[in-house]
Amino acid sequence: MIDFHLEPRSGVAPYMQLVHQVQQALRLGMLDVGDQLPTVKQVVAKIAINPNTVLKAYRELERQGLVAPQPGRGTFVTATLADDTLDAHAELKTALQAWITRAREAGLDDAAIQALFDTTIRKAPQVTP
Amino acid sequence: MNTPVLSTDTLTKRYGRHTALTEATLDIPAGRIVGLVGPNGAGKSTLLALAAGLIRPTSGHIHVLGRTPAADAHQLADVGFVAQDTPVYATLTVADHLTMGKRLNPTWDDTFARTRIQQIGLDPTKKAGRLSGGQKAQLALTIAAAKRPKLLIFDEPVAALDPLARRAFLQNLMEFVAELDISVILSSHLIGDVERVCDHLIVLAESRVQVAGEIDDLTANHHRLIGPRGTLDTLPDGIDLIAADHTDRQTTLIVHNTTGHPLDLPGADTIGLEDMVLTYLHRAEGLTAPTLQETRA
Repeated sequence: MIDFHLEPRSGVAPYMQLVHQVQQALRLGMLDVGDQLPTVKQVVAKIAINPNTVLKAYRELERQGLVAPQPGRGTFVTATLADDTLDAHAELKTALQAWITRAREAGLDDAAIQALFDTTIRKAPQVTP
Repeated sequence: MNTPVLSTDTLTKRYGRHTALTEATLDIPAGRIVGLVGPNGAGKSTLLALAAGLIRPTSGHIHVLGRTPAADAHQLADVGFVAQDTPVYATLTVADHLTMGKRLNPTWDDTFARTRIQQIGLDPTKKAGRLSGGQKAQLALTIAAAKRPKLLIFDEPVAALDPLARRAFLQNLMEFVAELDISVILSSHLIGDVERVCDHLIVLAESRVQVAGEIDDLTANHHRLIGPRGTLDTLPDGIDLIAADHTDRQTTLIVHNTTGHPLDLPGADTIGLEDMVLTYLHRAEGLTAPTLQETRA
């Protein structure tokens, strides 16, 4: 079972924050196929959030094929994100480290690097699977 | 479930020469948790009191759960109202409050009420006057919910509570919503709380509804556009200008995209709920948000 939290100042819609947290847990292997997500009532009692928001997040995860509801029992993980991307992590990290070195050599400080990354990722076209 | 929980048509309330609410037209589906935000004196309490049937409109129409507020005993039983500062009877005990609730409400769910009081950890023999602010709020919430209404209305339920009590109150309220399938309308000054617990928003200022709708739609469709001065003078159809700010070099616009399609303009970024609400409140007061003023002549 995983725990949710809500970051009010993030600018990310609350239901997307929950979606991201489940995706993150799947990527890092904290959640696996067959694991149960907390029930709506457990989530609302824990973090004082609108039940519709939790339902919306779970519907979105279902749409992405990551979880499936089992009537009367709860919502269960049906797919994992770990295998697909974990292999690529090491290579991407090396490339990113090389890029950061180049950026620092070019005279950018960390704040400038962060800003450049943020604006670029925001403008890069999103490929939805 | 198809009957709107609240629908109003040019709803107006005047007190003498003072207009507390001007031509409010709203349509809110059932099953929502509605946040009502706006500055003091905006008309929030007036709108809530009209919905609860405590006062009558001067003109216009209001329907709550499809009927006139406080029309009869049925309608009264369907709506739970908790006034500002969650009032309780100071000299009565917690148990007295439950007995009174049971005697006064034909739909009272006594098991529910007693279980909740136990879960919150309230001592039934304690006089309500000796409870903390948070405990009073929890008692008022429990009584309002135990009559099993279809709509719960709260006027600033958490304004006087410390952060811990506030969170506990909201946790409890959300549990009720998950368990009882009810709609909620609550007013609050705390946009963070509204974003957390509400899915529908009404912004009220200067006695008028400034904007209303599903929060996810509103935040997805409000944008900040920043560009060199002179480049943002015309906007496409369906992109409503909410606020504009200029320095001699730069123009910053807040726009509402009502086209139903994603906004395709350079330099557009979404704004958070708090900034969006503040933009509407500033506009209602005829102010623009404070910006850096050019001191050069």
